Amino acid sequence: MIFSSLLINALHAMVPITVTATGEILSERAGLVNIGMEGILLISAFAAVVGAEAGGPLLGMLVGMLAGALIGLIHGIITIYFRGDQTISGVGINVLGAGLVAFGLVWQWGQAGFHQVPRAVRFPHIATPFGSLSPMVFVAIALALLTYYLINYTNLGLKLKAVGENPAAADAAGVSVERVRLFGAIYAGALAGLAGAYLSIDWLATVTRSLPAGRGFIALATVVFSGLNPLLAIVGGMIFGFFDGLALVVSTSREVTRVIPYQFIQMLPYVVTLLVVAGVIGRARFPRASGQPYRRE
Amino acid sequence: MRRSPASSNAPARSRTEMRQKVRTALGSLLQVVLAAGVGLAIGAIMMNATGYDWKEALQALWLGSFGDLWGFADTLAEATPLILTGLTFALSFRAGYFNIGAQGQMIIGALVAVAIGSSLAAPKPIGMIVVILAAAAAGALWAMPASLLRVTRGVHEVITTIMFNWIATYLARYLVFNVLNDPRSAERTVRVLPEVRMGTIIAGADATWALFVSVFIALFFYWLLWHSPWGFEMRIAGLNREALRYAGGSPTWGVHMTFLLAGVAAGVAGATQIIGRPPTFALYGDLSNLGQLGFDGIAVALVGRNHPIGIIFAAIFFGALSTGARTMQIMAGVPLDLIRVVHGVVIMAMAAPETWSILRRYIASRVPARASAAAASRAER
Repeated sequence: MIFSSLLINALHAMVPITVTATGEILSERAGLVNIGMEGILLISAFAAVVGAEAGGPLLGMLVGMLAGALIGLIHGIITIYFRGDQTISGVGINVLGAGLVAFGLVWQWGQAGFHQVPRAVRFPHIATPFGSLSPMVFVAIALALLTYYLINYTNLGLKLKAVGENPAAADAAGVSVERVRLFGAIYAGALAGLAGAYLSIDWLATVTRSLPAGRGFIALATVVFSGLNPLLAIVGGMIFGFFDGLALVVSTSREVTRVIPYQFIQMLPYVVTLLVVAGVIGRARFPRASGQPYRRE
Repeated sequence: MRRSPASSNAPARSRTEMRQKVRTALGSLLQVVLAAGVGLAIGAIMMNATGYDWKEALQALWLGSFGDLWGFADTLAEATPLILTGLTFALSFRAGYFNIGAQGQMIIGALVAVAIGSSLAAPKPIGMIVVILAAAAAGALWAMPASLLRVTRGVHEVITTIMFNWIATYLARYLVFNVLNDPRSAERTVRVLPEVRMGTIIAGADATWALFVSVFIALFFYWLLWHSPWGFEMRIAGLNREALRYAGGSPTWGVHMTFLLAGVAAGVAGATQIIGRPPTFALYGDLSNLGQLGFDGIAVALVGRNHPIGIIFAAIFFGALSTGARTMQIMAGVPLDLIRVVHGVVIMAMAAPETWSILRRYIASRVPARASAAAASRAER
């Protein structure tokens, strides 16, 4: 009983982290960093519920994805064309997300801070012997595989890597550095948008002012952990997802919370993330032009 | 770095430098005003789109924050912790790092302020000083792992500081309800003793003498950064780590120092919300009297151009926004949280200072080639 619910929870907790990390990996390959993932998750989670309540769960997923892509586009325009600081723009997205969603909750449902997503508009699950499972688990793995293929076996992937490593050479070879990076920004935004939609209309079935609860940053830690390899984003998602799921399951178990206060159990995913990034990875190798705006000579 | 024009004539050179300095200062002031304007404009557009009366709202925003003496005092009360959390971000930024852990460091400072302030019955100024120093030390301690991990393991500080923010939040929730809880009131911790509470500047308003603590720390950091050898080393660590190494300095020492001092500022910010903010003088269970002050500091620092003096004025601007937002909610019915949207837009607008040089280059490309070349070399910095 505990085991199967732990398994299902761990798989479900993997999805947002793997999907968000996968998009960001592609973007970072092209030299564009977006630390605003937390904000994109939050905004798209909200947008997805608005979409789902208007036209069903599939529309909700689409709206969430579009909202994420739009923010990715804005981040791309600021950092690529206006050569803005990538980190500051990302921080701005996080702050903007907190404001938009807190404001939106009141405006849309007249409630400050919390909205329960009606059962009718939640994303449908598949019945398995262990419990009901979201099909998004398979989508997450498929997206990571697709992104791996995209980066390593396509012409576009070659351009992405060239733009990330040596934008001047890529430019000389006739690759539009700006356009390739903008694609990365939108791709990362769209995937984070999908992950945010999953949080609200699928897994957690709520919208709150802090729904992602740091998962955007845990996804960034996964990007570092993966060394920019989407296949390892699945592994990273599994590791962090396990502890995230564990915290969810264990914090409702009375036997455990009598011994360990539940606040300490809820700390677990963050502590594990710290330990993993501190102990396992050390220095990952990132593209040479990562975080640098490109300026044509 | 800006190269000063080569010249054999020293007074002429200093005059050109002076003119250059004034021009840079005016340029950044213009940019800040524009960013604030863009933020408020987008806020107004959103209010209009969602069916609120934006004119009434903006009027309420102004009246609530600068309309009368009490409103202005509340603005200053809101600015007090923002000066400090703004310094937290700015100091690390000066050294080339993104310390977004002010929130966690502030929470730890507030917890220590409650713990000591509620049990230490010392005569008036001594108790206050002890509480502030202890909160400062606690904040600094909470900031250290991030810089240690960055320097020794190369782990990005954005990830570590955020993780520490969450750990601090859950630690606070545990301590507030289980250790520091007030048996008479489930919603908050015990209150600090009257001896350590800071007095108000104007009777009936929220601003206390804590404001002067904040301003003092800002001025001290200014002196430290620009008029002391340690500050020079810290700033060089941010500008060019290799240069510092060649000059015999230790880049890691500068990093640890800036994180430590950043933590001090955030820790004191937590203390000011406990001993320097009537009427509760305690920490609420939902940590609502700390709010998002740690994150708001990022916007304050960016608008203040990461300069301690600029931060004081930026904190008053953002303090006015939060004070005015309450009036706006009461008078025009606009949800308080709209102001956070304005924060976000201002930060994003501040992210791209190159927009101005791109604009300038665009304008220059329409006038003779000489002016355009000058603009290009200026833009190149």
